[in-house]
Amino acid sequence: MALQHTSSSASSSARGLIEPAAQPREGSAHPPARVRRLPVQRDWPLWAIGGIQVGILVGIIALWQVSADQGWLNAFFWSRPSAIYATFKTFFTEGEAWADIWFTFRSTILGFLIGTTAGSLLGLSFWWSRNYAAVVQPYVICFESLPKLALAPLIVLVFGIGLTSKIAVATALTIVVSTLTTFAGVKAIDPDGERLFYSLGATRLQVFRKLVIPACLPWIISVLRINIGLALTGAVVGEFIASQHGLGRAILYAGQTYDIALVWVAVLALSVLSVVMYVAVGLLERLLRKGVKS
Amino acid sequence: MASPTKLRIDDVSMTFATPGGSFQALDHVTLAIPTGRFVSLIGPSGCGKSTIFNIAAGLQEPTAGRVWIDDLDATGTIGRVGYMLQKDLLLPWRTLVDNIILGMEIQGVPRPQAREKALPLLRRYGLAGFEHAYPNALSGGMRQRAALLRTLLFDTDVILLDEPFGALDAQTKLQMQEWLLELWSDFGKTVIFVTHDVEEAIFLSDEVHVMGTRPGRIVETLAVDLPRPRLRSCTTTPAFTALKERCLELLRVDQAAVGRAA
Repeated sequence: MALQHTSSSASSSARGLIEPAAQPREGSAHPPARVRRLPVQRDWPLWAIGGIQVGILVGIIALWQVSADQGWLNAFFWSRPSAIYATFKTFFTEGEAWADIWFTFRSTILGFLIGTTAGSLLGLSFWWSRNYAAVVQPYVICFESLPKLALAPLIVLVFGIGLTSKIAVATALTIVVSTLTTFAGVKAIDPDGERLFYSLGATRLQVFRKLVIPACLPWIISVLRINIGLALTGAVVGEFIASQHGLGRAILYAGQTYDIALVWVAVLALSVLSVVMYVAVGLLERLLRKGVKS
Repeated sequence: MASPTKLRIDDVSMTFATPGGSFQALDHVTLAIPTGRFVSLIGPSGCGKSTIFNIAAGLQEPTAGRVWIDDLDATGTIGRVGYMLQKDLLLPWRTLVDNIILGMEIQGVPRPQAREKALPLLRRYGLAGFEHAYPNALSGGMRQRAALLRTLLFDTDVILLDEPFGALDAQTKLQMQEWLLELWSDFGKTVIFVTHDVEEAIFLSDEVHVMGTRPGRIVETLAVDLPRPRLRSCTTTPAFTALKERCLELLRVDQAAVGRAA
């Protein structure tokens, strides 16, 4: 409804702009039924937006604290900010915070690297043979539609409860996205581009190195930020199933022992880790894009 | 024959299998192009102009017939002729100079050496100041210039140009035609030029081959005996107009025949 309103008012104001001379001739006796102008949204200054954002956060925390103190909120299930802060201090000074973060970080990064690399190579390999691509493609798509997390218990059984199984789950999640996206890049290559290379007498390997890989790089890079998030999910789920370290295990353990404050602390640590890795990969992406220059 | 034949398309036929039966794209086409000539092919869409080019460039094997370059059998061999398409196909991740040396690079010339050879050409032929720019920073005309220089630098005697100016605006197209003639007289290549534009074909060429459709074949060959170097004013001379009339007439007859067959 609001959308219709906007578009009709925009078009009528455009009509007014195109034929301004027509208005007076038809006389002021017949003014337009309604004068409409293009709706304009004025941007708030950045400090205002930032201030409101901080205000909302502080408000939520304060409301949470007060509600728990007043008994409006069951502090046993929801904990309270003051308790969370206390737990935060002990977790980072006396607890295993850094060891857990390091464990989760390692399995995420390794799963991300292995999955992205292997997936990209697999996607690129489809260029070499249409027949091979046709044979393999349904398997890749089946694996894509399969909820990989459902396989996590099996993966943990096969690879043990150590770091390897977490890397394997993270890899399973990331590899398919990279494969399919890179393959989409391969399919998007202009056949005339290949014809140009062959008309210049190129070998298959030259076409691959000088055309296919550079043409697919933007596609490969576009997956990085999605994959870092997927890798983290995989690592945490791996830790949920069986692990001796990691933020996922900390969350699970805290939940099972009704230490809700610790759950919040670990979730918070996980979020920070996630944001840091996301930003880092975003920077990497910018750097790579400048490198490949498209 | 005054000059030796550089490229000979010898009785070439091409049949494609389609779901609705077989489709004959080329029917016994023979072309003999002497060294250093500028020859155009004109014809309606679907007359097999591009198929001739693909066969001459070795990108397709003809169903029958051979391709000879310098009296050597070049049927189905790639890298023997320069080939330029309507699309410039410049690689967006390479600078202009690195795009232009692509052919040399593929032939194994080291990049610095290839660049050294390419840079003076870029500067001489209207791309000075853009040597290290990326293609997306250039206008359509400049991109086509770069694509043509890439084809020239590949350094084959024969160059195939498949509607290279088809996507340009009229003004740029005229400039590019004159620029192409300048390059052609500087480099002395044998050029085969495909176009839809009758005036363009006559203005540029020594010889115009008019093609017909269903099956694709050469209907008539017209010699263009206008003096060179040609100025734009020659397009209004009676000789030019007569050639143009004749070409259009041939194309019309072919279209009428297609209309009757359909």
